[in-house]
Amino acid sequence: MAKNTTDKVRNGRATPTSRPSDSLTKDTLLEMYWKMLLSRRVDERAWMIHRQGKIVFHISAIGQEAIQVAAAYTIHLGVDYIVPYYRDLALVLCAGVTPEDFMISLYGKEGELSSLARQMPSHFGAKPFNIVSTSAPVATQVVHAAGMAFAIKYRIQNELQDPNDRTQPRLAVTSLGEGSTSQGEWHEAMNWAGVHQLPFICIVQNNHYAISVPVDKQMAVPNVADRAAAYGVEGIIVDGNDVLACYDVMHYAVQKAYRGDGPTLIEAKTYRMTPHSSDDDDRTYRERSEVDAWRDKDPLLRLANHLKAQGLLTDAVIEGYDKRARKIVDEAQRAAEERPYPPGESAIAPVYAEAN
Amino acid sequence: MTVLTYREAVRNALADELRSDPKVIFFGEDVAVAGGVFKVTPGLYEEFGGERVRDTPISEEAFVGMALGAAITGLRPIVELMFADFIPVAMDQIVNQIAKYRYMSGGQFVVPLTIRSAQGGGVGFGTQHSQTAENWLMNTPGLKVVVPGNPADAYGLLRGAIRENNPVVVLEHKGLYNMKGEVPDDLGPLPLGKARVVREGSDLTIVATQLVCQHSLKVAEELAAEGISVEIIDLRTMVPLDSETLLSSIAKTGRLVVVEEAPHASGWGGDIVSLAADQGIFYLDAPVKRVNMGNVMFAYSEPLEKLAIPSPERIKAAVREVLAT
Repeated sequence: MAKNTTDKVRNGRATPTSRPSDSLTKDTLLEMYWKMLLSRRVDERAWMIHRQGKIVFHISAIGQEAIQVAAAYTIHLGVDYIVPYYRDLALVLCAGVTPEDFMISLYGKEGELSSLARQMPSHFGAKPFNIVSTSAPVATQVVHAAGMAFAIKYRIQNELQDPNDRTQPRLAVTSLGEGSTSQGEWHEAMNWAGVHQLPFICIVQNNHYAISVPVDKQMAVPNVADRAAAYGVEGIIVDGNDVLACYDVMHYAVQKAYRGDGPTLIEAKTYRMTPHSSDDDDRTYRERSEVDAWRDKDPLLRLANHLKAQGLLTDAVIEGYDKRARKIVDEAQRAAEERPYPPGESAIAPVYAEAN
Repeated sequence: MTVLTYREAVRNALADELRSDPKVIFFGEDVAVAGGVFKVTPGLYEEFGGERVRDTPISEEAFVGMALGAAITGLRPIVELMFADFIPVAMDQIVNQIAKYRYMSGGQFVVPLTIRSAQGGGVGFGTQHSQTAENWLMNTPGLKVVVPGNPADAYGLLRGAIRENNPVVVLEHKGLYNMKGEVPDDLGPLPLGKARVVREGSDLTIVATQLVCQHSLKVAEELAAEGISVEIIDLRTMVPLDSETLLSSIAKTGRLVVVEEAPHASGWGGDIVSLAADQGIFYLDAPVKRVNMGNVMFAYSEPLEKLAIPSPERIKAAVREVLAT
């Protein structure tokens, strides 16, 4: 029998008295800031080269980097299963994907990391880092992640895996936008996670839009996390633009999963600061004043201000980071442009496994 | 050699694979405690436990997708979709996810996943519990599709499917669950992609599967009394398709009838005819015929259903027509 966990469902910060983020060192905090900044600069370059007609498609993470970097710094990176969605650029850059890998995917060049350039860019998948391929039909990945979490629990219970073996995945974390939580698969996966109390974390990056449809036209409850109670899953809401608050709730959910204490739904309230993708114009469905108001809550800016107030960061250091990021992005772009396209005759593979 | 029903053969295949590898798990609706709605899986839950043989909520999209997730981690899941008519409920997972995963991950992820489902008519289950599903699935590269037509194949091909490092859909015919047949005691996993000549003949080739293969055998026996020699090929797997066996048969007989328990449009019979036209046209002495369900659906009412599924009478008429030209 599954445990009845509905009484544990609550909103707000997971650990009101002591914050795990309090123990983050200066070096780690600066590293987290650097990762957010690098992701932002890579992302901005993608928009630029799209507008220059050099690439066909881009879909952006701008504005949503905080929860992604927080997730990366709380799970066992490269070992735990990451089942991302197409906005998780910051998360996968933390996990081991390089700006050059990403640029190659934008250009669809030979040897592309995620899919050998079979999939659209930002549909991340990298087995060496246990990043499992992203799907374009939204929310489908949530059931895959539930399946991986199920497999972890199965292996542990059947002594195929030692629960304390840190070389093995001990949880599956997946993410999606709030728009995708209207899909049946999301509900079915959450139900499974609840019934079997799986080591599973579902991060809903509530960016307030399903392409053009605002959140109040998507659901009748104010929060996605409110739905968690219906599945016997703990639901937590967090300010998705506050990387330290995100770190705290992620830390809580990850440790809970490692202990075998079941799944968590984390709803990170954030904002999609760009159009849905390079193929739509958000001026047709939202006011500029709304976008501008969220610009002031930019997670990158907020972390910079926090670190400056703590005396951990200066404008000169930020400038140095920016210079370094530009160099990395320039080199990544050049490498991708110089790389050949995959040979046409390679298109027929790899449909089937050749041998068992 | 043991005589088993098709149903028992499926059960034994599942049991033998569960026994041979702890990474094999099996789940579906009502498959565990109840032993399956067609009583195909009794005793598996008792022998292997609720961890490995598991009842699911009614959520096909979820458990088929979860099986993909589990397969990616290295488990070898078998999932049962109770009726093949429910395959479309999970079609996104099957077509967009499971079939494409290897290709769209650039070969990084293998999907050792078996989907079992009961298809086919003749048992009065009506429009939404009788359909055959191979035509939906054959149009999806990345999947293998198996259609066992007798107990030995039900056993060997299912074991072969579970051993595959590709996603395989095994479509059992529920009208054949009571069929008895000899299963060799030392039979192991069979390779996919081999058709079987189930009856040798010299005047005409019938290509068929499952229930309508049985109907065709009946026709061949009746025609033998008139001195007409019909060869029958049971395809056994739709993907990969064994073109060699088909072509060498029509090279011998020069005449071809294809019998499908499926609608006509975009049906697999068209692929067989196109193969004959492309690589076997000079073997043929007469036009080919397809006998299938036309544009008609399965019905609950017995005479309506009988009319829809290719009957021995319709098959015989087609054979006579091809032999007369």
